[in-house]
Amino acid sequence: MTDPQITLYRLQACPYCERVVRTLDRLDLEYRSRYVEPMHSDRNVVKRVSGARSVPAIVDRNTGVTMSESANIVEYLEGTYEDAGAEAGA
Amino acid sequence: MPEFDVVELPETDHVTAGETAPEFTRPLVGEEFWEDRSLSDVVDGPTLLVFHPMDGAFQTTYVYNEIDDRGWADALSVYGVSISSPYEHKDLLAERGDGVRVFSDPSAAVVEAYGVAHDIDGMAGITEARPAVFLLDGDRVVRYAWVGSEHPSFPDYDAVESAIDDLRD
Repeated sequence: MTDPQITLYRLQACPYCERVVRTLDRLDLEYRSRYVEPMHSDRNVVKRVSGARSVPAIVDRNTGVTMSESANIVEYLEGTYEDAGAEAGA
Repeated sequence: MPEFDVVELPETDHVTAGETAPEFTRPLVGEEFWEDRSLSDVVDGPTLLVFHPMDGAFQTTYVYNEIDDRGWADALSVYGVSISSPYEHKDLLAERGDGVRVFSDPSAAVVEAYGVAHDIDGMAGITEARPAVFLLDGDRVVRYAWVGSEHPSFPDYDAVESAIDDLRD
């Protein structure tokens, strides 16, 4: 099993995380889910990778991009992969 | 040791030395997050797979205390397995099991696959793991196996340790 290039830091049943998941699925992108603590102050791993403790956060090793905030992430994913899909997938 | 009122557990057809440890994928919990991992993903050298009763049971606490005291996680990769949820595993690892990560197997399907199930009396619908220890080499071949045959029971830690030493030599 090769590791997916995209890692999603998420919280169970967090609507903003689900929004990112829907986008990842729609774009047919593979990703690894890392579930973190509900307790905001305990999410040091997210802080280390993204600079903030908020989820969702993604790390995309294809592009070296790390990003928080679901609206930003969705915009980034669509901008990076929606049009590129045709080329990259070909 | 204090005297226990020990219950014999039924015989079980469990994984034994010489077999390849059955493959599985389950959420693997560390101190900071959990993610789905398969056993074959994580085994790349000597590996200790420790099945244990639910997190919070005294047997589990004792087993982790012993693992910590003996520093096994410094010597090789150590993975726990129990039917407890990832949230419970996180609480367990906040207290003990330094360097250990724990698979979460609420359905007990992995527990069953290894032949280490225990239908616990007086907790309807709960099948959990007996204490059991499998020492794997880097090819996932079982080099030492111990499965509890009484309730409660504890691994023969010295025997496990000498099996670890033999494998690492």
